[in-house]
Amino acid sequence: MEYFMSLNPVSLFRALPGSIAQGMIWGIMALGVYITFRLLDFADLTVDGSIATGAAVSVMLIRAGVSPVVSLPVAFLAGMLAGLITGLLNTLLGIPGILASILTQISLYSINLNIMGKSNQPVSVDNYPLVVSLRYVTDNAISRIVFFAGMIIFLLVLVAVLYWYFGTEQGHAIRATGCNGNMARAQGINTNFIKVLALMLSNGLVGLCGGMYAQFQGAADVNMGRGAIVIGLAAVIIGEVLFGKFASKRKFAFGFTLISVILGAVIYYMVYQFVLWLKMPSEDMKLFSAIVVAIFLAIPYLKEKRRLKKGVAK
Amino acid sequence: MAYALEIIDVHKVFNRGTINEKVALNGVNLNLNPGDFVTIIGGNGAGKSTTLNAIAGVWPIDAGKIIIDGNDITGLSEHKRAAYLGRVFQDPMTGTAATMDIEENMALAYRRGEHRTLRWGISKAEREEFREKLKTLGLGLEDRMTSKVGLLSGGQRQAITLLMASLKQPKLLLLDEHTAALDPKTAAKVLEISDKIIQENHLTAMMVTHNMRDAIAHGNRLIMMHEGRVIYDVSGEEKQKLQVKDLLSKFEEVSGSEFANDRMILA
Repeated sequence: MEYFMSLNPVSLFRALPGSIAQGMIWGIMALGVYITFRLLDFADLTVDGSIATGAAVSVMLIRAGVSPVVSLPVAFLAGMLAGLITGLLNTLLGIPGILASILTQISLYSINLNIMGKSNQPVSVDNYPLVVSLRYVTDNAISRIVFFAGMIIFLLVLVAVLYWYFGTEQGHAIRATGCNGNMARAQGINTNFIKVLALMLSNGLVGLCGGMYAQFQGAADVNMGRGAIVIGLAAVIIGEVLFGKFASKRKFAFGFTLISVILGAVIYYMVYQFVLWLKMPSEDMKLFSAIVVAIFLAIPYLKEKRRLKKGVAK
Repeated sequence: MAYALEIIDVHKVFNRGTINEKVALNGVNLNLNPGDFVTIIGGNGAGKSTTLNAIAGVWPIDAGKIIIDGNDITGLSEHKRAAYLGRVFQDPMTGTAATMDIEENMALAYRRGEHRTLRWGISKAEREEFREKLKTLGLGLEDRMTSKVGLLSGGQRQAITLLMASLKQPKLLLLDEHTAALDPKTAAKVLEISDKIIQENHLTAMMVTHNMRDAIAHGNRLIMMHEGRVIYDVSGEEKQKLQVKDLLSKFEEVSGSEFANDRMILA
């Protein structure tokens, strides 16, 4: 009883805009995970490293006097470079995908430390005109509205660009490669090249997310990507479970799917905030996230197994 | 006139130096004239599908040469050879992308061998063309062009794969037991579609089959393979007069062993 008395709904309400904003930024990363995990069928763990790379690049550029806006496309390019390495390890050197991505991820830890010079580098919104910042969310109603309007427009433009890209010949080639490599090659698609391309695009988005998130929280940290893949997967899965049916029936279904992935990230951070509010220790949150992802990944498999047991013909 | 296909002394050994070493192709020689429709029969492990995979470049061959329409493709990777080849596989799942629409699959095939650009993946005019082509299959698929291919039956998928293989005229059509996974009625329908597509587009084609009757009934030429070689090659009138029992005795005569494959005899 005492426990329930100690929970203050007002504090939860106050914290929500911040977690929604955080979820929107991580939604960009989730789009990257969606591209590799769902479209390319490639479990890419590079993201744990490339998100911190994007953060490190953006923060160090800003500290060196580069405009925070300009630092973001550079963070995107840095992420692409990380994806390129994973892609080449996999296609050129024949290292299994998941292992190739782990090798890149581990090496990025050192690289990120080298970029930053130490494990944590701050960028204060007091000293730099940051593109996004928690301050804009908490400051006052007007700055909050401007922030969210800006974020929503940016995310919609991003979704539109991705929608276009995956409708082009190249986008079709990525989807075919992920779905059926034999078929793709039989249609003359260089599946190795396409894989590298998709990994670069995905990690570019992750790097961009890293840059934005570092600005949002006011610092880049070499450990900020630890477990990022799990958050990305959680967002993809939450989006699919909650909005999958809704999205697939619509015109521009693919666009709605991308939006649902971003919403998945937003909901993830809202639930995260809620569970923290319930006074679950924050160090247990990674365990909590992993369990949630494991359960949702297992559901389709278990459903299929149960159907087989029942002997229901397909 | 150049041959449509020349296979010159092609060798392939799998798992060389291991306990699973298998001589799959042991000096295959074959020339196809433009317009030839060759059916290929032989026991399990005779090298039928392996020959098709060697042509398609699924893996590099150990020795020999493969020339299509005068172009030496021996050193080309699988996706580069695709410019010359239409392929239909035994497993209906292999020829199409299940999570993509029928029209998207066809659009992919329409660009076979071309560079994938940032142009839109499928145009309005193409859609109309695909609709007309689908109509000719008589399966009602022209009304389901935005359905995911994964929702279709095996026979429907093979029919679409056949159509896709011919959308962009291939120099050579490779049919690798493409009816083996289908029920007899569907298999007959898919074979009928195969014949039609080959005739209408004047294609050079190779069809691997386990079914001797099919091998006799289709095409203008028949070859039999055994232990990685072509051991019998018959065409024209002589082929038309063939009967299943001729093939059986031919097999025993040339290979010196019994034809111990029930599937081929009973099929």
